[in-house]
Amino acid sequence: MTLVLRGVRPYGEDAVDIVIADGVIVELASPGTAEGEIVDADGLVALPGFVDLHAHLREPGREDAETVLTGSRAAALGGFTCVHAMANTSPVADTAGVVEQVWRLGQEAGLVDVRPVGAVTVGLEGERMAELGAMAQSAAAVRVFSDDGRCVHDAVLMRRALEYVKSFDGVVAQHAQEPRLTEGAQMNESELSGRLGLVGWPAVAEEAIIARDVLLAQHVDSRLHVCHLSTAGSVEVVRWAKARGVQVTAEVTPHHLVLTEDLVASYDPVYKVNPPLRTAEDVRALREALADGTIDIIATDHAPHPHEDKDCEWAAAAMGMLGLETAFGVAMETMVLPGLLSWRQLAQRMSVTPARIGGVRTQGHDLVPGAVANIAVVDPEATFVIDPTRLASKSRNTPYAGRELPGRVVHTIYAGVPTVLDGALA
Amino acid sequence: MRHLLSAADLTRDDAVLILDTAAELAAVTDRSVKKLPTLRGRTVVNLFFEDSTRTRISFELAAKRLSADVINFAAKGSSVSKGESLKDTALTLEAMGADAVVIRHGASGAPHRLATSGWIQGSVINAGDGTHEHPTQALLDAFTLRDHLKEAGGDLAGLRVAIVGDILHSRVARSNVLLLRTLGAEVVLVAPPTLMPFGVESWPCEVSYDIDDVLPGVDAVMMLRVQAERMKAAYFPSALEYSRMFGLDVARMSRLPEHAIVLHPGPMNRGMEISADVADSPRAVMVEQVANGVSVRMAVMYLLLGGRQEEI
Repeated sequence: MTLVLRGVRPYGEDAVDIVIADGVIVELASPGTAEGEIVDADGLVALPGFVDLHAHLREPGREDAETVLTGSRAAALGGFTCVHAMANTSPVADTAGVVEQVWRLGQEAGLVDVRPVGAVTVGLEGERMAELGAMAQSAAAVRVFSDDGRCVHDAVLMRRALEYVKSFDGVVAQHAQEPRLTEGAQMNESELSGRLGLVGWPAVAEEAIIARDVLLAQHVDSRLHVCHLSTAGSVEVVRWAKARGVQVTAEVTPHHLVLTEDLVASYDPVYKVNPPLRTAEDVRALREALADGTIDIIATDHAPHPHEDKDCEWAAAAMGMLGLETAFGVAMETMVLPGLLSWRQLAQRMSVTPARIGGVRTQGHDLVPGAVANIAVVDPEATFVIDPTRLASKSRNTPYAGRELPGRVVHTIYAGVPTVLDGALA
Repeated sequence: MRHLLSAADLTRDDAVLILDTAAELAAVTDRSVKKLPTLRGRTVVNLFFEDSTRTRISFELAAKRLSADVINFAAKGSSVSKGESLKDTALTLEAMGADAVVIRHGASGAPHRLATSGWIQGSVINAGDGTHEHPTQALLDAFTLRDHLKEAGGDLAGLRVAIVGDILHSRVARSNVLLLRTLGAEVVLVAPPTLMPFGVESWPCEVSYDIDDVLPGVDAVMMLRVQAERMKAAYFPSALEYSRMFGLDVARMSRLPEHAIVLHPGPMNRGMEISADVADSPRAVMVEQVANGVSVRMAVMYLLLGGRQEEI
């Protein structure tokens, strides 16, 4: 069967018919000329399917918040064709058995590539290294390892993990948070946290760990990935490290590109997230760093939570916010519309580079003949208003309720098969 | 105004009205029958997630003197400690027809959530939330300051007040900085740098690390409770050193001007932030603060629940 994306503009450039057969792009034909099953994409923009290096799909263990299936639906609707599922499940994804389970659930859902992330330490406890090799050699072929939610704060353990994963070209993705400096932390430490009487999460707690880790990565000549970088100071550290030739990559979440700590004054826990929302100056620095390549990628840190874990007082609430279904809209609003990123650059940051960091060979291909047909087709002219009750995610904790975002995801093609057509699951 | 969540909610005129109303209501306390019919048939719930007998009985007495029906709801353990959630507790109170909820909670912002989440219809009065605010304490402190130091009533313009102690963890300090400033007083915070909130330099007050330097220039000094356990988290090296550097003893008290008074929100740690001699001296007004607390809380409930001044 031949599928034709009719009249679509790859990277916003000249219109073509993208012809897809057997899961692969076979031809970029003149618009209106190709034959096959036609998907109307006239004037829409085609980008390589988005690859998320950082999402919480909650299964196994918290199926009340999200499952691999519901998370896959949310991802497909957001234009993603690959999602990395973080390891802080219950049981923790620290064995070949658990990562294979998550991987198999992803295969069964069949909407995106679900790539399990393996825990660095047993039970995320930060004490003993998990069986990283077994997870790498499992059917799930894990390449990204992270104790996300917790920081690998023991410097020796971090060093060993960085060294150990080299043998299978893995990468350690660090949740940079010095634990003692952030005990009981509730929000960004600032004048506002002092006024609101909420325990502060100081920028230095992130920056100090990143500084240590880039030096460790250089010392042992390993790859390091920094999760959800959130401060202007962290940007400076990563920029410095890259200038020294350290093999470091970094991600920023959509919410850290658009939301600021001021929202916490409402005490509405929908804005409670880790790392916390920072200041407007941080947001500006993060956008600039994403534009100039200091920050390599956008990753959602999609973190579903059941309603009761957010419908409570601030201190009792869970940290995290949804991201898969709104990531592209936020990226377009904050980066593309202001002219900070071209479509091709956005494709690098949301698809090509995350696929490379995660070692996912079938993802992040340029839209050329011979590439695996993972494609997001978006309408840059359309806008959409976020209604939490209409999200595909099982949870409702979006910080964008009622907000209008630009850039609707219209079609998503995963391995040559439409998963989303006209904004609905195919 | 429907709720009292923060001292920042009050304009100068609001605050003066509360103090004036409290002054009139204080007269009721001197009558043989200490009761007004104003809130008859209204229900006030004291919702206390933290133990605080003195604040609870102050609100209870205030409500009873206005003839309200009072329910004390001691919610042991908040949802933080996996008890009943704040929401379910609130829905229960709403079903029982609470006209006002006086809430004390260990989580900063809990009264704010209660007031804005749509769980209840009644008024919310913040009786202390986490390390955020305690607005009625600030009002009773302002009342006490005015009573002693301002003959003509009105606001507190021209007064200078030092607040000394664990500012970082103090909801009393936060509410007092806001309210005293609104009422025209100058505030100077005194503490070791470890016990100052982050960003305090942008607050509408002065900051000092030297109590001896500050005392000669103030009309009142408010000593805050300092928990000895704070030294375990390295806020200061020892209780003795804290006491030596920031505690108010008789020698230090003598540095105050003649007319200056000493306040403390209680409960006191005698020998820590305040010596027994000072606590029992005629300049210490802690007992008056307690009495004024009832009057001020009567005024707040009276005004929030729609009483009119001529009914007193």
